[in-house]
Amino acid sequence: MSEEKTITIEVDGQSLETKSGTLLIDVTDAAGINIPRFCYHNKLSIAASCRMCLVEVAKVPKPIPACATQVMDGMVVQTRSPMAIAAQKATMEFLLINHPLDCPVCDQGGECELQDVAMGYGSDATRFVEGKRVVPENNLGSLIATDMTRCIHCTRCVRFGDEIAGMREMGATGRGEHMTIGTFVARNVNSELSGNVIDLCPVGALTSKPFQYRARAWELTRHTAIAPHDSVGSNIQVHTRRNEVMRVHPESNNAINEIWLSDRDRFSYEGIKSEDRLTQPLIKKDDKWSEVSWEEALEAAASGLKEVAADPEQIGTLVSPTATLEEIALAQKLTVGLGSQNIDYRLRQEDFRGNSTAIPWLGQSIASLESIDSALLIGSNIRKDQPLLAHRMRKAALKGAKIQFVNPLQLDLHFDAAQMVSDPAGMVHNLAAIAEATGGLHYLTEQVDVGEEHKAIAKELKNAESAVILLGNMAQSHPDYTILCGLASVIAKATDSSVGVIPMAANSVGAAVIGVIPDHALNALTMLESPRKGYLLLGVEPGRDTNNPALARSALNNAECVVAVTAYRSPCLEEAANIMLPMSAFSETSGSFVNAEGTWQSFAGTTTSAGESRPGWKVLRVLGNLLDIEGFDYSSSEEILNELKESYCGNLKVTSFGAAKGKIRSAVTGLIRIGETPIYASDALVRRAASLQKTKDARDATVARVNSSVATAAGLSDGDKIAVVQGEGRAKMVLKVDAYIPDGCVWVPAGVPGSESLGDQFGEISLEKV
Amino acid sequence: MANEVIFKNRDLDNLWDIEQYRSRGGYEVLTKILTEKTPPAEIIDGLKTSGLRGRGGAGFPTGLKWSFINRDAPTDKYLVCNSDEGEPGTFKDRDILRYNPHALVEGMLIASYVIDAHYAYNYIRGEFWEPYERFQNAIDQARAAGFVGKNILGSGFDCELNVHLGGGAYVCGEETALLESIEGKKGQPRYKPPFPAHVGLYGCPTVINNTETLSSVPTILREGAEQFRDIGVENSGGSKLFSISGHVRNPGVFELPMGTPFSELFELAGGMRDGSKLKAVIPGGSSSPVIPGNLMMDLTMDYDTIAKAGSMLGSGAVIVMDESTCMVKILDRMGYFYHEESCGQCTPCREGTGWLYRIVHRIENGQGRPEDIDLLMDVQNRIRGKTICALGDAAAMPVAGMLRYYQDEFQYHIDHKKCMVGAGV
Repeated sequence: MSEEKTITIEVDGQSLETKSGTLLIDVTDAAGINIPRFCYHNKLSIAASCRMCLVEVAKVPKPIPACATQVMDGMVVQTRSPMAIAAQKATMEFLLINHPLDCPVCDQGGECELQDVAMGYGSDATRFVEGKRVVPENNLGSLIATDMTRCIHCTRCVRFGDEIAGMREMGATGRGEHMTIGTFVARNVNSELSGNVIDLCPVGALTSKPFQYRARAWELTRHTAIAPHDSVGSNIQVHTRRNEVMRVHPESNNAINEIWLSDRDRFSYEGIKSEDRLTQPLIKKDDKWSEVSWEEALEAAASGLKEVAADPEQIGTLVSPTATLEEIALAQKLTVGLGSQNIDYRLRQEDFRGNSTAIPWLGQSIASLESIDSALLIGSNIRKDQPLLAHRMRKAALKGAKIQFVNPLQLDLHFDAAQMVSDPAGMVHNLAAIAEATGGLHYLTEQVDVGEEHKAIAKELKNAESAVILLGNMAQSHPDYTILCGLASVIAKATDSSVGVIPMAANSVGAAVIGVIPDHALNALTMLESPRKGYLLLGVEPGRDTNNPALARSALNNAECVVAVTAYRSPCLEEAANIMLPMSAFSETSGSFVNAEGTWQSFAGTTTSAGESRPGWKVLRVLGNLLDIEGFDYSSSEEILNELKESYCGNLKVTSFGAAKGKIRSAVTGLIRIGETPIYASDALVRRAASLQKTKDARDATVARVNSSVATAAGLSDGDKIAVVQGEGRAKMVLKVDAYIPDGCVWVPAGVPGSESLGDQFGEISLEKV
Repeated sequence: MANEVIFKNRDLDNLWDIEQYRSRGGYEVLTKILTEKTPPAEIIDGLKTSGLRGRGGAGFPTGLKWSFINRDAPTDKYLVCNSDEGEPGTFKDRDILRYNPHALVEGMLIASYVIDAHYAYNYIRGEFWEPYERFQNAIDQARAAGFVGKNILGSGFDCELNVHLGGGAYVCGEETALLESIEGKKGQPRYKPPFPAHVGLYGCPTVINNTETLSSVPTILREGAEQFRDIGVENSGGSKLFSISGHVRNPGVFELPMGTPFSELFELAGGMRDGSKLKAVIPGGSSSPVIPGNLMMDLTMDYDTIAKAGSMLGSGAVIVMDESTCMVKILDRMGYFYHEESCGQCTPCREGTGWLYRIVHRIENGQGRPEDIDLLMDVQNRIRGKTICALGDAAAMPVAGMLRYYQDEFQYHIDHKKCMVGAGV
């Protein structure tokens, strides 16, 4: 069967060439011959249980399921013979006898596979006169609405959990017609990919909770777009009705997101209509914000920046890596036009000692991640940071790849991996030990102890035919990021592995590609350490988006002029800014992102901007005009993009980092903070997506975590109300004892409410009981 | 009875004890095979000659089944004995476990040797507590005597026997659902192909045989394949256990040569009780279509004859019904059983068994509709041959059988809203 020989089969009199061993249903699908099905899905294993795809095969006495039949040379198949049609109609009748005919009030109505197939194979009247089955509801959490009475037991959702999400969260309990699909024990579905079961469910049993009863499928207009959160750049469909985003679906792209979508990308659209949206230009006078016209606001912004720019070095520009390429490019052009080079997007980075011009990208294609046979991930919670990259990694692991982590905390993973966990300074030592075990030079002045576990990782990487070393979000916020990069390079060289960075945000790579990585100017850290007189902020929330909110806020609050181009209001921004210019949010503007593998993807706006807000590139263009800067005459975002493409579009170079020299800054005497940015705190939009904020992942990110020995040493116990103290900053939190946190560390999330007064994501911290 | 294979030791006291079993030649064949290192192919040939067919119901030739296993496959191989005995009317394997457990132990060890399995499982129906204890005791005794475990009798052959008690689901008697159950999963049949001989327990080549089949093996190999074959008739070799129940005077398990006339079996069971008159017989467990008594009296008990009469020998579970029996009520009860026992995995069985039951149930309760007989026939036809496993067929076939011979009773129920049997029609 493994032999792939070309064979010929006949389907409905049509001769088809195919490979032996292919599933019949895949052959007919490719040939455009429609065989109805419910349980079959080409991304899932075969169940062969719905019996809808029964067809007649010559010399087989009974109809057989096309989804579970491998083709053989000379096979003669009839999909529309009396036997096949009778079997298909029989199944259809059985499926419908207990299915409620509540299509008029069912969210799936109009896009329901059962409804569609029933049109072809169903009867117009039922012969079943008994009462229909009723199934109690499940509460799967804030994202998935259930109506299990409609379930036809295809088990796609069950297989999805098992095979794709890697969490067996749903299952079939009970026998016969008492069989129900649900969670084994009453609990929510918590996978970060859970929303995909909504797409997989062929009926209205699992539907979107935020979208429930809000629109009918046929009222929606579909627009293709690119998801604005992680660096995968998942292709999406934005479904709108009367100028409002109603929901987001995945758009199939096998090279990027396949057919999947992370929950963050699917449900974050709720943040578009947040109460926090800035819908009117605002100017602060005597500490009070007042609404002004665009003219007044723009003129005030232009004159404020111009005044500061009398000494151009006093201008600093911070851009969010979730902003579009066009917006970032104009912010850059504006900054340069004011005479400054101080612009950066690496808001969460703390260590800028290394080669700052290297473009931090994956170093290979997203799809190729699933064919690696070994990986070393440094400072990465890949599963939560980049759910669909983790999915590729999981596929590799299931095929036998050895995935290894050097991390400051233990992770709950959905694939087998070796996890080397230590405090942040220990990560540097571990990596140096691995480097030494590979035979590479680590350049560290400290003594490095090479253990068996380091040798094992080195050996795995060396023996692998295709190995990859990747630095994740926590590495990028690590006080010794430069050293980690250097060591990763050493290991990569010694083991012939590829090395790369898992970019944090949708457009991290884009910003880097167009040169928003200051070489001889101030970077995102130094701009704040040596406070500037004037700042331009593009989509930045100082309290949530920066590595050191305390530092950022102090610098911004004391500046003379802070112009914020922003989609949202937030207390920290209102405190810092003098002028707030309302910017279009996700779905309201056209633009482009460059994803982790360097693919440029553009999208159009799908709805008009809220209130008086305008696309960021337009705001910046007018600001450029008012500042009399040359080259701000664009009439569309495409013009900006075309200009950028001419200069920058092309293959990315293999990343090379500088040597791992320098003092290890992460070695502290007291406790150190593990300031991970949780999945639903990553950017301004998702932080305002109400349903995502009710998930377990979001709830779990409201506590401080330590292991039991740290708790005991501090005289604290699980559930205590504490204050975490970092420099001048204090945050009140609840303590949770968590064995996944290493000694000497406190996990205190960044980007979440309460973290605005704290310092570095990885910095010294202390705990107080309150 | 001279031709007994499995119950030949039944004159002994404590015949489940290893010493008793050995006093009649027990474990001699195993010892011989292991010491002489009999080529497995030779044993398989012997079984093929004997005409032994699977006693669980399907009647698949045992020698052929064993020959499907690739002994040289680099993975583990498994032998699984199916003692789930869930078919209503069947209670023969229970008596093997209770009264001749060592025959099964020896049979399992021989089968394991032939297919090169080092782990063998016996899946025993959960309700069979006493039989389980007897069988476990037999394993313990056999282990103490050196027949089970590592390096059996110094031959270098290792084999562990394990017992798995079921949870009471009928569908777990289906061989692939049984494998799922042993693996700790929900008992649901697997789609075939692949067949267990290629992808079985834990994904490894596996032979699954019924208790009676495996228990017959030692005697066949000891007494000779031809002798076993000649006990029976053509295409149905050997003797068979028949569980006879219902309205007979002396219900029980009888071991008779294949091809024995039903009338002889009926006589052995003491004939009808209280002088009642024979009405109908279900010849092979509740899944086999019913045959009217007068027809049955002319049949012999072997695979081909019963099949020709439109039913199945199945597991040899003979259910005898007298004239006081309402066939609608019988089908109502059977319909309820299949409706409750469907695993729910595939659509026709999950939805269809409940529908069949509801139609029959309303006919039985005086709420039948004129179209119900046609509907019953159509629904059973829509289940048949369209499901993953045979449970759908098992639920459908009795419906067709009942309507073939007793449609008038159903019609009477529908027309008169009461039972024909009590009405003196």
